[in-house]
Amino acid sequence: MTDDWPILSLVTFLPLVGCFFILLTRGDDATVARNSRYIALWTSVPTFLISLLIWVKFDPSTANFQMMESIEWIEGTNIGYRMGVDGISIFFVLLSTLLTPICILASWEAIEHRVREYMVAFLILETMMVGMFCALDILVFYIFFEGVLIPMFIIIGVWGGARRVYASFKFFLYTLLGSVLMLIAILVMYFMAGTTDIVALSKLSFPSDIQIWLWLAFFASFAVKVPMWPVHTWLPDAHVEAPTAGSVILAGVLLKMGGYGFLRFSIPMFPEASDFFSPLVFALSVVAIIYTSLVALAQDDLKKLIAYSSVAHMGFVTIGIFTLNSQGLEGAIFQMLSHGIVSGALFLCVGVIYDRMHTREIAAYGGLVNRMPKYALVFMVFTMASVGLPATSGFVGEFLVLLGAFYYNTWLAVFATTGVVLGAAYMLYVYRRIIFGKLEKENLMSISDLSYREIIIFVPLVLLVFWMGVYPAPFLDVMSVSVDNLIKNFNVALENSSVHLASH
Amino acid sequence: MSLIQLPAMISAVPEIFLACAGMIILMIGVFRKTDGTGVLSMATILCFMVAIIAGFLYGGQENAFYGMFITTSFTQFSKSLILVGSILAVVLANDYMKTENAQRFEVPVLILFATLGMMMMVSAGDLIALYIGLELQSLSLYVLAAIRRDSLKSTEAGLKYFVLGALSSGMLLYGASLIYGFSGSTNFLQIADVINEQKDNLSLGILIGLVFLISGLAFKVSAVPFHMWTPDVYEGAPTPITALLAISPKIAALCLFIQVLIGPFSAIIEQWQQIIVFISIASMALGAVAALMQTNIKRLLAYSSIGHMGYALIGLASANEAGISGVLIYLAIYLFMNVGTFGCIMCMRRNGQAVEQISDLAGASKSHPVMAFALLVFMFSMAGIPPLAGFFGKWFIFLAAIEAQLYNLAIIGVISSVVAAFYYLRIIKIMYFDEIVDPLDKGLTKNLRIVIYGSMTLVIIFFLAPGTLVSSAANAAKSLIGVNG
Repeated sequence: MTDDWPILSLVTFLPLVGCFFILLTRGDDATVARNSRYIALWTSVPTFLISLLIWVKFDPSTANFQMMESIEWIEGTNIGYRMGVDGISIFFVLLSTLLTPICILASWEAIEHRVREYMVAFLILETMMVGMFCALDILVFYIFFEGVLIPMFIIIGVWGGARRVYASFKFFLYTLLGSVLMLIAILVMYFMAGTTDIVALSKLSFPSDIQIWLWLAFFASFAVKVPMWPVHTWLPDAHVEAPTAGSVILAGVLLKMGGYGFLRFSIPMFPEASDFFSPLVFALSVVAIIYTSLVALAQDDLKKLIAYSSVAHMGFVTIGIFTLNSQGLEGAIFQMLSHGIVSGALFLCVGVIYDRMHTREIAAYGGLVNRMPKYALVFMVFTMASVGLPATSGFVGEFLVLLGAFYYNTWLAVFATTGVVLGAAYMLYVYRRIIFGKLEKENLMSISDLSYREIIIFVPLVLLVFWMGVYPAPFLDVMSVSVDNLIKNFNVALENSSVHLASH
Repeated sequence: MSLIQLPAMISAVPEIFLACAGMIILMIGVFRKTDGTGVLSMATILCFMVAIIAGFLYGGQENAFYGMFITTSFTQFSKSLILVGSILAVVLANDYMKTENAQRFEVPVLILFATLGMMMMVSAGDLIALYIGLELQSLSLYVLAAIRRDSLKSTEAGLKYFVLGALSSGMLLYGASLIYGFSGSTNFLQIADVINEQKDNLSLGILIGLVFLISGLAFKVSAVPFHMWTPDVYEGAPTPITALLAISPKIAALCLFIQVLIGPFSAIIEQWQQIIVFISIASMALGAVAALMQTNIKRLLAYSSIGHMGYALIGLASANEAGISGVLIYLAIYLFMNVGTFGCIMCMRRNGQAVEQISDLAGASKSHPVMAFALLVFMFSMAGIPPLAGFFGKWFIFLAAIEAQLYNLAIIGVISSVVAAFYYLRIIKIMYFDEIVDPLDKGLTKNLRIVIYGSMTLVIIFFLAPGTLVSSAANAAKSLIGVNG
């Protein structure tokens, strides 16, 4: 199905047009900075609006890829520029396009020097993210997947905190090491199948012994990206040192690339290996949930706490994905979307007080509710969403995942549920320490509440959190057919292989 | 009826033209009263351009000089790369001589003769032709490395290069003589026949000869364990000469390497493949690890080029069509990344003096935004990060390795590329994350700007249309495998 006009490419590359205009701006520093901000905003907002059209045009009754584009790229190699979305990827595209303008708004005043470069980096980042979720060619996917590293490295390294150099190097090298192994696997697949078309590759069945190796290579990349314990250590550093908007994108979108990778590659292309390795994934996820929740309890740094909570929440996601039933999978996708918004918003909340006080020490705050009632309210909404309170988006995702886990194995569900309890513990504890209590600290006496700009940033996120929590059907309906199809193909592949084995 | 029967030589027209033009330019340089370095450089560039065009017009599947001189699409492709590299090197050298106020008309002339030697090497169809080309190239380069006679470092570099180069030439010659002794011919085709005959019962002499030949060639591409000269020569030689050393001779030597191993020795691939695998792994690993501690950017690039040669050798080790075209694609991309990088290094001047420490780049993103951005692009590209050109080079190389089932080589390759990414990132970190300590001089000359911006644009937009390069490299590879396979 080819559409009249290439909406996916438009959404993907529109930010680059903004980059081009930003690079054209001339004048003194202040003018360039102001123009860059506005151009970036007025590029990313239309991009978001156009990306909403993808949702409007999307037909949820089919599991096929839609709005497909295909252009020959390198002649005679069967490598092509192929784009398309299905029920799994569509919301990640929207998540990326939604968070980018929010990030740009959040950096409006926080970024004071080298504004032009910052905005260019962010728009390039948006192109890479959207392109990655739309790509239907494995080489194109890899290019976008890796290309994200360049702007993110620069964002952390140039506009980050005190240990930014260490954090940016760690982020880059960790992720690169995982990805290059995936590159080898991609090459092997290309060599065996003769094509890099994701749709065609999903229909192939690779021999089981090779599946094991390919799965491990892909796992090396996605596990680092998610991140799963024990390769999560880059995340707290990167999160803490990145500027607020960088953390938002990291938590909101970049972590989802790993989960998306499992859904798009590991499960459909290597079903037998996925089945074989699922206990490993569960074990690592359970460790991640419990261990990082405990670590989060002990943090003094607000950003680090949220970073560790991200690892725990992504543990739910990986459990949900590998339960391979519809509750678990839909829950995992929903949890990723919810986490993208909630943890992004929590980082924005940290950013608000960091911009005012320039510290992320939890101990430096206390009693903020007295001076910042609006902030306290917003922060509470997201805290509750992170805890998974019913009527917030966090609840739906976690509930579905736990349902799926319970369906798979009772003990798995039991261990995973402890994470919910611990999650409530550290989030409520930190909320109490920052917001409640007496306002005793001298320097907090004059702290101001949310500005209009900040309210504009938070309002859509708050609304989304409640919408997704109260009435998740529009989201779940869109993904359900694709998810069911994924599970169906997975089960068929497993049956075929067992038949194959039995016949020997 | 003519008295002398001239051998077929039509396919050697570009080389013959260059040889004559080189001598004319040399004469003009010697007898001109006023300094004409600029004009002669322009003339040299023009000659190179004519040679590229002539190569396309007169090249073909025809041999000249009784099989001593071979032209195929493979040689055409590699000669075009060599000539482009040399053109850019002349541009850089001319610029360098102007800013340093050290005009020497010998520089373009020597570059021209070195390039002629390289073209001879690539086209060699005979051990003697090979050696003549190699020596013409090497001798010109020894002089070029030492061209700054007033600089201790430059003369030292030239001397080192000469001594070690002579040693390697000796090894190569010894290997060639053994091969001649045991096969009875210096002609590649006849050697191939002999080897094909005694494939199962190969005489040890040929094998030992081959090992010596490989050692000599490995020296020329600066592959480990014959790499020791590289950092010193890179550091000591004037920057544009380093740029030349990093590009054209490497391309020429690697293409010769391919020509020899895939040519006469293709029948005994299992004998030499393990050697190439070993030097490839060793080069990648050493290139990645040794560069970590470097503080001089030219030394760092020396190690980086050792690493890059390791990657390119993966393609040779694969010894299939994909591998050969992979090497050619890799070299083409490598050329532009390196020219651009050396162009950026030439911008590194403080108070009129060239500086070479990596730390001198501190805060360059503020004082020289465009140059810093270009260097950032080159560094990410060398690290193989998509969507930049360097990634595609690695993609095709590793694809060949997978096809040849050299999985270990591919895995070691990608892991060393991660290690190498560290020092490329370090340069970016110094330019972008660090504050300015002592700013570099402002201003770029026009030529430098063209070279840097041009290579940067190519490296960035390569992904838009990789097809042309890929298909012509594939054609070139096919011509080589087709002839000998």
